[in-house]
Amino acid sequence: MSDVTFRIWRGEGEESHFEEYKTEVSEGMVVLDAIHDIQAQQAPDLAVRWNCKAGKCGSCSAEINGMPKLMCMTRLSSLDLEQPVSVEPMKTFPLIKDLVTDVKWNYDAKMTIKPFKPRAPEAEDGTWRMAQDDVERAQEFRKCIECFLCQNVCHVLRDHHDHDKYIGPAMFVKAAAFDMHPLDVEDRVLDLKDEQGIGYCNITKCCTKVCPEHITITDNAIIPLKESVVDEFYDPITKLFRIFKPKNPTNEI
Amino acid sequence: MSERYTTHEYDVLIIGAGGAGLRAAIEAASVGDSVGVVCKSLLGKAHTVMAEGGMAASMGNVDERDDWKVHFADTMRGGQYLNNCNMAEHHAKEAADRVHELEEWGALFDRTHDGKILQRNFGGHKYPRLAHVGDRTGLEMIRTLQDHGIHQGLDFHMEVTIFHFFCEGNRVVGALAYEREKGRFLLFKAKAIVIATGGYGRAFKITSNSWEYTGDGQTLAYDAGADLLDMEFVQFHPTGMVWPPSVRGILVTEGVRGEGGILTNSEGNRFMFEDVPPLYQSSTADNEEEGWRYVTGDKEASRPPELLTRDHVARKIVKEVKEGRGSEHGGAYLDIAWIKEHIKDSESHIKKKLPSMYHQFKELAGVDITKEKMEVGPTTHYAMGGIRVDADTQMSTVDGLFACGECAAGLHGANRLGGNSLSDLLVFGKRAGEYAAKFAEGLDSFSEIDSDEVNRLVEEALKPVDRTEGENPYLIQQELQETMQDLAGIWRSEVGLKEAIDRIRGYAERAKHAHAPGNREYNPGWHTALDLHNLLTVSEALCLSAEQRTESRGGHYREEFPAKSEEGSTYNTVVRKARDGSMEVERVPVVPQSDEMKVIIGANE
Ligand SMILES: Cc1cc2nc3c(=O)[nH]c(=O)nc-3n(C[C@H](O)[C@H](O)[C@H](O)COP(=O)(O)OP(=O)(O)OC[C@H]3O[C@@H](n4cnc5c(N)ncnc54)[C@H](O)[C@@H]3O)c2cc1C
Ligand code: SF4
Ligand code: SF4
Ligand code: FES
Repeated sequence: MSDVTFRIWRGEGEESHFEEYKTEVSEGMVVLDAIHDIQAQQAPDLAVRWNCKAGKCGSCSAEINGMPKLMCMTRLSSLDLEQPVSVEPMKTFPLIKDLVTDVKWNYDAKMTIKPFKPRAPEAEDGTWRMAQDDVERAQEFRKCIECFLCQNVCHVLRDHHDHDKYIGPAMFVKAAAFDMHPLDVEDRVLDLKDEQGIGYCNITKCCTKVCPEHITITDNAIIPLKESVVDEFYDPITKLFRIFKPKNPTNEI
Repeated sequence: MSERYTTHEYDVLIIGAGGAGLRAAIEAASVGDSVGVVCKSLLGKAHTVMAEGGMAASMGNVDERDDWKVHFADTMRGGQYLNNCNMAEHHAKEAADRVHELEEWGALFDRTHDGKILQRNFGGHKYPRLAHVGDRTGLEMIRTLQDHGIHQGLDFHMEVTIFHFFCEGNRVVGALAYEREKGRFLLFKAKAIVIATGGYGRAFKITSNSWEYTGDGQTLAYDAGADLLDMEFVQFHPTGMVWPPSVRGILVTEGVRGEGGILTNSEGNRFMFEDVPPLYQSSTADNEEEGWRYVTGDKEASRPPELLTRDHVARKIVKEVKEGRGSEHGGAYLDIAWIKEHIKDSESHIKKKLPSMYHQFKELAGVDITKEKMEVGPTTHYAMGGIRVDADTQMSTVDGLFACGECAAGLHGANRLGGNSLSDLLVFGKRAGEYAAKFAEGLDSFSEIDSDEVNRLVEEALKPVDRTEGENPYLIQQELQETMQDLAGIWRSEVGLKEAIDRIRGYAERAKHAHAPGNREYNPGWHTALDLHNLLTVSEALCLSAEQRTESRGGHYREEFPAKSEEGSTYNTVVRKARDGSMEVERVPVVPQSDEMKVIIGANE
């Protein structure tokens, strides 16, 4: 048991700022525990989102000592407790209050992705057969917990604020989840190129580094999607070829 | 007086965006009704996202001997025959279709060798029955429903909490809510309302449940005059994390045992082999070798005792601890690493089958489950009790008010089998949506709701922030959680329950004067103050129900009456609001089984 100082972002709009709190910490605690203790004992109106406390729901995203992380999965023992621990909201989204930001834009961005569309069932009982290997390829993207930490660090959104022409890495992961679904027959390439701005991504891989689900966002989702855009729009030979070749159901390139 | 709220009208209003609420919403919208969906958190964050192990449906993909009849009989036996047998029948018959429908909407389940949906073993299920995606089945389910649902013309109101229902006679006509962001109020007029708000695990200190589980739906229904059923039956999951203290209660999926995990005590004994209940003796392995064969798919083998029902396993762990054979931090050891004796590449096998458990222990407890034992102990997990509903329509005893998912009661009786909740959400979510839409069709217009009344309720709700002093709502909540944990948890007695009821009534008085500093914009202190009424209502209902059940059965255990009683098998407990506002408890006869059901149950004993 020892006292640790936390610098927590408080308030709304222009007037928001850091405030310091001291609280007792014990073995095994995560940042979210400390925030809850401070909330229960010193700052009852401290706004914070959480649900599962086990890295499964993606609610508690924040910037801890400047690093984008889930508060519930960041153990205090992984931080330097001699120094004050800073906890701030994600910067890429408008602040609502304290640690809570307005992430509705992400939900709107997702609406632009054409939904899953399965091929007709082939088995006699009206269902489908799929190989475990094919399933696993798409499952990687389906692990996404929509924490939006990758959106938070992507410079296209964070620095250039291109929210109106770019849907961000989390949504490319979503598009990949649909596109690489073994049953999916929808074509999302034109949208990716035009409305969803996949071209703005210059493969810095910052998104991959922060993903708490360890999804290889850039290599496994974005690059294959970019390649399918190139294939369809910029490579005349492949394009010609594609006319004769039905869409590969797993979209493997 | 100017109106202090905005008004919204929907044919069907759905409260809750977990599996049950989303499925109900999709169904109601499919017939062209206008549908509003309200949830306390952001979309996709409801409890359903946390479910791990899988969803039960007797597709027979792994063992073709399985069919709805066996699933029905398993569910009834697990529920110790207090289940509403008609609900158990619908559930067993319809679950497979609901799983296939989910696949049609994009869910990607793990596969068998011949490309079908893979099914895994779980406690109390005779055959491998749980469709799953590793150990993140709930995420797959909620995301599939969410991604499908957003294109069905539903109106979502995220981070909005319903706190009052309006009735006209015995019919519900609307609901009042506040939104978290700015603390504004919303009035919903609706022709039918579906409650899908989940459980009330937050009444206890050690729980796998999130802040959302404060019994809102049960309390809203109760206050509107609806019956609550079986409130004494709460499931204590045997395997929650116990160390470090800050993670105490977080769930360790039963899938660990389904994959071969074993429970041992400080002396290294597999204590589950002792005291196997008579109802299960013939179907349980009596040696380690047979248990292992079972989990690896040998159809001739019987299941290992670790896969007995949750109530039994939980009490066995508590017994070991009480008798001084507990693990270092007061639980039991759960060991999956031992399978290296049987499997060559056991480390990658474990990581593949139980990826999120691997992560959870690695990151939160510093334990590598492929090499080390976990420490586990019981955690409050699931509410079998809840809103009493009609088996076919899911309508409560209030007209136009429907309930489905964990907040509704009946399907699981005295104890729920793992995996039967996710299938419950889909089967009865669909039914609730369908019948709510039918009910709405019968009405041509929305009822008027008196604006003076609404304004009065708004003013009342703002009191905790308007007051300049008063008690800290978090502290009242913590005291309640401790009381419930100590006196109304896994081990109950008359003296303890009476004491708990006294204290709850004391907290209720204090709650009336709770004060939340700050303004009404995203103020969790204020929300906690408002939630107290719900937590206190369900806690009192639980204790009163538990007090009158003088026997032990399923999730309910009474120290003075450690066995089942003859009488206990004949009734369910109902709680409702009496005319004078007090809580009244009544016993109602268990829904009788048809002759056909009796034959099915007999054949599967
Ligand atoms: C860790 C864990 C693992 C589990 N694993 C499994 C498993 O493997 N298999 C299985 O079958 N079951 C499992 N369960 C149980 C199962 O997940 C839950 O019972 C189920 O998901 C509940 O679904 P629901 O739709 O009823 O409620 P939820 O998914 O909890 O949704 C409730 C919704 O209601 C909303 N709400 C609540 N109150 C209000 C209010 N006042 N106003 C507005 N909205 C409100 C919430 O915001 C939320 O959107 C598990 C549970 C936990 C906690
Ligand atoms: S790789 Fe692309 S999406 Fe990811 S952070 Fe960099 S620019 Fe953004
Ligand atoms: S891809 Fe990873 S970082 Fe991005 S939202 Fe999903 S889980 Fe979070
Ligand atoms: S609370 Fe769910 S991810 Fe942190």
